[in-house]
Amino acid sequence: MSERNGSVRIGVYVCHCGFNIASVIDVEAVAQASLALPGVVVARDYKYMCSEPGQTLIENDIREHRLNRIVVAACSPLLHEETFRSAAARAGINRFRVQMVNVREHGAWVHEDSAAATEKANDLVRAAVARVHFHKELDPKRVPINSNVLVVGAGIAGIHAAITVANSGKRVYLVEREPTIGGNMAKYDKTFPTLDCAACILTPKMNAVRSHPNITMWTYSEVAEVEGYVGNYKVKVRRKPRYIKEDLCVGCLHCVDACVFKDPRFPDDFNMGMDKRKPIYLPFAQATPKVVVIDPEACIQLKTGKCKQACAAACERGGVSFDMTEEIKEIEVGSIIVATGFAPFDATQAPEYGYGVYPNVYTTMEIERLVNASGPTGGHVVMRDGTTPKSIGVIYCVGSRDERHNRWCSRVCCMTALKLSHLLKEHTNAEVYNFYIDMRAAGKGYEEFYQRILNERVHFIRGKVAEVCDWALDPSEEGKLVIRVEDTLTGFVRRVPVDMVVLAIGLEPRADAQEVRRIMNMSCSTEGFFLEKHPKLAPAPTYTDGVFIAGCCQGPKDIPDTVMQSGYAAAEAMALADIGYFEIEPNTASVIEEDCSGCRSCVDLCAYHAITFNEVKRKAEINPVLCKGCGVCVASCPSGSIRQDLFEDEEIFGEIEGILARV
Amino acid sequence: MAPDKSQQSDGYLYFPGCSLKATGIAYEESLLTLFRLLELPLKELTDWNCCGATTYMGSDQRQAFLLASRNLSLARQAGGASIVAPCNACYLTLRKTMDYAAKYPEVGREVHQYLDSVHLPTLDEPVTVRHPLEVLYTDVGLERLKAGVVRTWAGGPVACYYGCQAVRPYSDVDRDSNPMRMDEMLNAVGVKTVPYALKTKCCGASHTGTIREVGVRLSYILVREAARQGAKAIVTICPLCQFNLDLFQTDMRKTDPALQPVPVLYVTQVLAWMLGAAAKDLGVQRCVAGADAIRGWFSAEKGALSHV
Repeated sequence: MSERNGSVRIGVYVCHCGFNIASVIDVEAVAQASLALPGVVVARDYKYMCSEPGQTLIENDIREHRLNRIVVAACSPLLHEETFRSAAARAGINRFRVQMVNVREHGAWVHEDSAAATEKANDLVRAAVARVHFHKELDPKRVPINSNVLVVGAGIAGIHAAITVANSGKRVYLVEREPTIGGNMAKYDKTFPTLDCAACILTPKMNAVRSHPNITMWTYSEVAEVEGYVGNYKVKVRRKPRYIKEDLCVGCLHCVDACVFKDPRFPDDFNMGMDKRKPIYLPFAQATPKVVVIDPEACIQLKTGKCKQACAAACERGGVSFDMTEEIKEIEVGSIIVATGFAPFDATQAPEYGYGVYPNVYTTMEIERLVNASGPTGGHVVMRDGTTPKSIGVIYCVGSRDERHNRWCSRVCCMTALKLSHLLKEHTNAEVYNFYIDMRAAGKGYEEFYQRILNERVHFIRGKVAEVCDWALDPSEEGKLVIRVEDTLTGFVRRVPVDMVVLAIGLEPRADAQEVRRIMNMSCSTEGFFLEKHPKLAPAPTYTDGVFIAGCCQGPKDIPDTVMQSGYAAAEAMALADIGYFEIEPNTASVIEEDCSGCRSCVDLCAYHAITFNEVKRKAEINPVLCKGCGVCVASCPSGSIRQDLFEDEEIFGEIEGILARV
Repeated sequence: MAPDKSQQSDGYLYFPGCSLKATGIAYEESLLTLFRLLELPLKELTDWNCCGATTYMGSDQRQAFLLASRNLSLARQAGGASIVAPCNACYLTLRKTMDYAAKYPEVGREVHQYLDSVHLPTLDEPVTVRHPLEVLYTDVGLERLKAGVVRTWAGGPVACYYGCQAVRPYSDVDRDSNPMRMDEMLNAVGVKTVPYALKTKCCGASHTGTIREVGVRLSYILVREAARQGAKAIVTICPLCQFNLDLFQTDMRKTDPALQPVPVLYVTQVLAWMLGAAAKDLGVQRCVAGADAIRGWFSAEKGALSHV
């Protein structure tokens, strides 16, 4: 079999990995045994094959013994395949004529019987030697990269990523669904643990986005379609009609004053529905762009066509346009950063806490607005019944760490609840009771913040609250909300009557996460957050090359972590744009056209949408850029007309013959 | 043994349990009357025994499982794919046995060995355990109940009390938090219900018979809160709940003399009455607290066939 590719000259290198491999496997014997195999010219063992001298050893052998194929028995190819391929390339061998054998993770680390493990290593080396005979000289394919970057979602994650990329000189398209950028952070009052005001640190960045020459900001817009592949994405962005000409509006709000609705009467989403707005409105004072928007569900003109259009008359610049329609923008980008954020847990899903039943039960998101100077009450903590609370209960872990809802810890709620406890105490001087399961204050300055709140005469009761109810056992509870809880530190079941209850709601994936996942061709983890390529070493890249994730769409996280991850995603996007091309491992599949019967069975099987059907030729075609080399189409093709580089039949059969050839 | 589907369409296999033949006999009387009115044949399981009981479950779980499994197996032998257990404790014990026998191999093994030894069919073919509340809600439905109403309710708003075992840990009868099906059915026949946060709180259970002050205290909380919410009666679906809330009101009055009598009825009594049953077939004379009021509500003149 060896002569098909000319004179095959193989070098076999067995690594000790210190004691990692050598303590279980007789590495010297494995090297010796391989010398007997067809084509093997030289075989060695060495303490650290990946080290500089180890690599030099291989390079020198290649030159001296005129080797043209290399087998390295060492660790997982995930770790060092690239190392040995580069060494081979430096010495003049095609990098794909290197085959690795994993005798560490698949050998020494999982076996105790030395003799058997050594025998297994021999088998695997034999298989690799037999296989590498057939390795062809291959070249990695290169795809040019468009340097434009699309950022989806303009909360703090998207804003930070957009500014970072734009600062490097690349063009950024920032697409935001809401009429303003800012996301959830714009709603927060202060930020833990420093208590600096969220608006003070966010609005300068919102301004920077608006005025940045390299950022095209499209608010009230959604990504409708993504086609293409890394470096070459064609994206359609749907710009919803806001019925206001963005270039004309200066945010003077004369139109809002003029609206035929004299009083605001529609729920104000920015204030979590606790305030009212008109059909024509600016979401909040620092909204960016400072452009009003008309709500088609509320506007009389848009609903019935029968309004005197006082808003249009009031606009001196003629900015109101009721016949505006949806617009599709088509752009080309090289990479995409998805930063679509989270959804707050719907507190009505935990009916035992009475949200939506008792008016004085609030969520932490609502309290953020209630303590905010620009909130619905101007920063005065006044409850829905008009009174100021004298006692407040804050319930932690609502919707999180709960088998009935979400199993995960939402990570930010403990600190948010502590922060709001502090603010509520400051605003009302009420007695504040915190009901927590475990206090999770892991972050720079967080434990110190917790200690600070502990000394602010705020009460802490450790226990999962059973329910919030209004049934009184004695007169002191009449008219109060009673929190029933087992205090696990004292071992008593307690009833704590309070005026106001605050639910520290968790973070969960947005309702349309699956839809976004589909558009971006990403994966989701079981809980529905977007899946990163590696949980530790690649937490921003995804399995789709050129698509990165940042912020809470990947999992619950606080603002510092969000900013770090979005900066990292930006760096990855910039690296792609700067190098200008993307190199693809040549382990891709291709169709042998004359054999393809045009049955299309492969088309739907491909998880990466890499296979299309050419209607003219009546043949399947595989886009090598999208192909991930999984081999599903190769195995399933009824006519055997799909082949795959590095996984040719002869290579696989060679490997099998090798492993079965134990003497 | 293959399940006989025709048995199901013919009617329901009924497991009374000990209470419905004794302290809770009014429940049986009204249940049989209601099902007759709705033309749902109810056939009592032959040779049934103690359900296994929640208290027994706490002292000897194995024996409790075996007792329950015999009833389930008898149902299977009678060709039933399901069994209707009106008492919440029976319902839960049978339901739990079915679940554990399927879920935990060691329980399943014991149960099957026992059933084999007494020559009864094993539980490989599951028997669905049902509560009348769920049967009425699912198989009859609000529309049919509404259509059958021939009376107006003279008794004022009521509090629906579901008890602790009907919806927990299994939530097939209704959802575990703030269940509403009994409320919906009573509303459908023209009986107003009040918001009642204690719907699934403990009634005191058998504590009224062992540590009476603990049991009565728990029952008292339920009765007082119902009155506080403006309910003129409490409507139940469990014989032990009815017993505790009804019979201990005299004891409750020792610590709270201001507590007015609150009648405690079965949902089957109220539904059957609204659909035209005669009071004598509903056992309402057996309810103790507020007996005079009950007599008034369930008298022919008061509930006159209003709109017919």
